[in-house]
Amino acid sequence: MNTVSLAWRNLLRNRRRSLMTLVAMVLGLMAILLFGGYIRDIKYAIQTDSVKTTGHLQIQHKDYFRFGSGNPAAYGIANYERILTAVKQDPELAGLVTVVTPTLQFGGIAGNFSAGVSRTVWISGSVVEDQARMRLWNDYGRRILSKHLSLAGTPLDSAVIGTGVARVLQLCSALNVSDCPQKTDKPAAEGAALDDDIAALASLTTAPIAAESPGLTRIEVLATNSRGAPNVSAVNVLRAEFQGVKELDDMYVGLHLSQAQRLIFGAAPPQVTAIIVQLKHTAQIPQARERLETLLKTGFKNEPLSVIDYETLNPFYGQTLAMFNAIFGFISVLIGAIVLFTVTNTMSMATMERTVEIGTLRAIGLRQSGIRSMFLTEGIMLGCFGALLGLGAAVAGEWLFNLLHLSWIPPGRVEQVALSVRLTGEHALMIGSAVALVIVAALSAILPAARAARMNIVDALRHV
Amino acid sequence: MSTFGTLPDDRARFIAHPVVLKGVTRTYRLDAVDVPALIDINLVILPNRFTVISGPSGSGKTTLLNLIGCIDRADAGSLMVGGKAVHTMNDNELSDFRARQLGFVFQNFNLLQVLTAYENVEYPLLLNGVPPNLRRSRVTALLEAVGLADRANNRPGQLSGGQRQRVAIARALALRPQLVLADEPTANLDSKTGSEIIALMREMQKRHKVSFIFSSHDPKVLDAADDAVHIQDGRITSIERRLALAESRA
Repeated sequence: MNTVSLAWRNLLRNRRRSLMTLVAMVLGLMAILLFGGYIRDIKYAIQTDSVKTTGHLQIQHKDYFRFGSGNPAAYGIANYERILTAVKQDPELAGLVTVVTPTLQFGGIAGNFSAGVSRTVWISGSVVEDQARMRLWNDYGRRILSKHLSLAGTPLDSAVIGTGVARVLQLCSALNVSDCPQKTDKPAAEGAALDDDIAALASLTTAPIAAESPGLTRIEVLATNSRGAPNVSAVNVLRAEFQGVKELDDMYVGLHLSQAQRLIFGAAPPQVTAIIVQLKHTAQIPQARERLETLLKTGFKNEPLSVIDYETLNPFYGQTLAMFNAIFGFISVLIGAIVLFTVTNTMSMATMERTVEIGTLRAIGLRQSGIRSMFLTEGIMLGCFGALLGLGAAVAGEWLFNLLHLSWIPPGRVEQVALSVRLTGEHALMIGSAVALVIVAALSAILPAARAARMNIVDALRHV
Repeated sequence: MSTFGTLPDDRARFIAHPVVLKGVTRTYRLDAVDVPALIDINLVILPNRFTVISGPSGSGKTTLLNLIGCIDRADAGSLMVGGKAVHTMNDNELSDFRARQLGFVFQNFNLLQVLTAYENVEYPLLLNGVPPNLRRSRVTALLEAVGLADRANNRPGQLSGGQRQRVAIARALALRPQLVLADEPTANLDSKTGSEIIALMREMQKRHKVSFIFSSHDPKVLDAADDAVHIQDGRITSIERRLALAESRA
C-alpha cells in the first residue's frame, strides 16, 4: 500500500462523485478531440483540394506571383519543355513526384458577339490529362466525392466557363444555367425613322450568328498577344460550372493549354506561366523544393525562376486553418476551465470530508508535503483515468460519426467533400490533449492540496 | 539492531526525561477574546508509567496532551519530550519526531477508513520506510497481541468500537515509540469494552516498556493509573505519584 494505492482507494471512497468528475473530464476531452479531429479533417480536405488543382509546388518566373498575372508574355517561362524534362528525368525527384504539368493563365475578354455582350475573364489553360491525374491524389485516404473534369477527352477548341460568365454572356438556356435574368424586348426608340438601307444593315448585325445553337455554344475569347496586339479565338463552351467563389465564377474560362498558348503566342514559341509539381506526400515539400531549386540554379541559372509552395499560392488555406485553430484554442480553454473547476470542486469536497483523517495523518507523522502529495496524486490519478477513458470515448465517437458518411461544400470550394472526424494517426493531437487534461487535473488539485497541508492539526482532529 | 522506531540513545533520554514542561502557557483566541487553556504548567512525567491527566470538561487536559504530543505549540514556556526541546522545532522536525517517537490513540479511533486493520497498523511503518519483511512481522505480531489477527483484512467499518480501538493501539505501538498519548480512549466505548481496552493498554505498556499518558475522567482509567495529574481551569491542582520512581525505571 503506497501513495498511489491510497489515492486510488480514496477515489473509490465516494464513487458517485469520482464518477461524475470522470464523466465531466471524459466528455470534455471527447469534445476537444472530436472537434480537433474535425479540424484535422478539414485541413486535409482543403489541402487535398488545393494539391489536386495547384499541386504542392509551382515553378514560376520569380516575379509572376506578385506582378505578372496580367502579363503572361513578360513573366512566362520560355524553356518550360526543357524544365519539364529535367524535372521528370531527375532521379531524386522521380521518387517524390506524381505529376509535373505546365499551365498558362492570363486575363482577357470573352464575348458572345451574337448577343452583343462581353466581359473581362480569367483564362486558365492546362493539360487536361495531367489535371485529371492530379485529381487522383488522395494521400490522406479521404472519401472521394469529386467529379471528372469536363474538358477531359474533348477537342482542343473546347472550353468550360463559370456560371457567372455564362449569365453575363447570355448563355443560360444553352448551358442550362439557372437563376438568369429574363430577356426583355427593348421598346422601339422614338424619333425619326431610319433610312431603309441603314435599317437593313442594323437588322443584319443583331441576327444570331452561332450563339445558342443546340449542342454547340461558341464564344470568342480575346487576349493581348506576346507582341501587344489583340488576338481572338473562337471556342466551344461545353459546360458552365460554378467556381465556388463569385469573383472567380464571374471570370473563369478554362481552356486546353495549346488553345490558350495559341491565343497568346500565336506561331511564336509557346510559354507557360507555371509548372505545377504534385508530390506523393505533402511532407516531401522541403526535400522536393530544395532539389528543384538546385536543379534550377544549375541547369537554368539564366532563368529568373522561383519555387512556390501551395500554402503561398492558396492564402485561403492558411487563413482557414488559422481561424479553426483560434476556435479550437478558444473551445479548449473553455472546456479546460470547466474541467478545472469540476476537479477543484471534487478535491475541495474531499479535503473537507477528510479533515479528521488529515489531522490524524499529520499527528502520526505525515509531513505537510505528504498531505500535498496525497491529494495531488488523487488529482493526477483522476486526470489519468479521465484521459484514458476520454481517448477511448473520442475514438468511439470518431467511428460513430464517420459511419454517417456526411459531406459538405467548404467555403470557396466547388465540389462536395466528405465531412468526417480524423483521429486515427493523429498522435500529437490525442497525446497532447490527454496530457493537457492530466495537467489541468493536477493544477485543479494544487489549491485543495495546499489547503489540506496547511490545516492546523488540532483543529483538524476536532473537526466534526 | 533496528533503526526503525526509537533509537537506543532516544530510549535513554526518554527514561531520564520523558516529558518536562516548564512555565507552559497556552491561550486560545475565540471571537476576539483570549481564553487561557493552560496557565504556567510545570510538570515532569516519569518514564514507563501509566499517567492520567484528569479534570472536568474544559479544564485543559486535551490541550496539555496536544502540547505533549507535539501537535500544538505553547505560547510561552518550554517543553522537553525525550530530552528534546520540541518547542524550538519546525513543522517538519516535529512531524518526524512524532512519527518516530510518539504514538497516538484517539477518542474516535481515527483509523483510515479506506485501509484494512492490517494496513492501518502498517501505515506508520510505511511512512518511515520500514522494509516489507520487518513491516509484515511487526504488524502481524501487534495484531496478534491485540487479539485481531483474524480481522486483519477487515476495514474499520467492519469492526466494532472496541476492535477499532485495539487497531488504534496497535498502530500507536507500530514504531515502538517511547511515549503513547491517548485522548479519552474509553469515552466512546461501553464499560466492559473500556475495561478491556485499559487492560490491553496496561499489558502493552508493560510488554513494550513504554510510557502512556491519558487524558480521561473515566474512574476505571484513573484507578489503573500509576500517576494522576489533576487539572482545573488550566492549572494543575494536584499530582499523585502512586508508583515509586525506581519501579518505573526498572
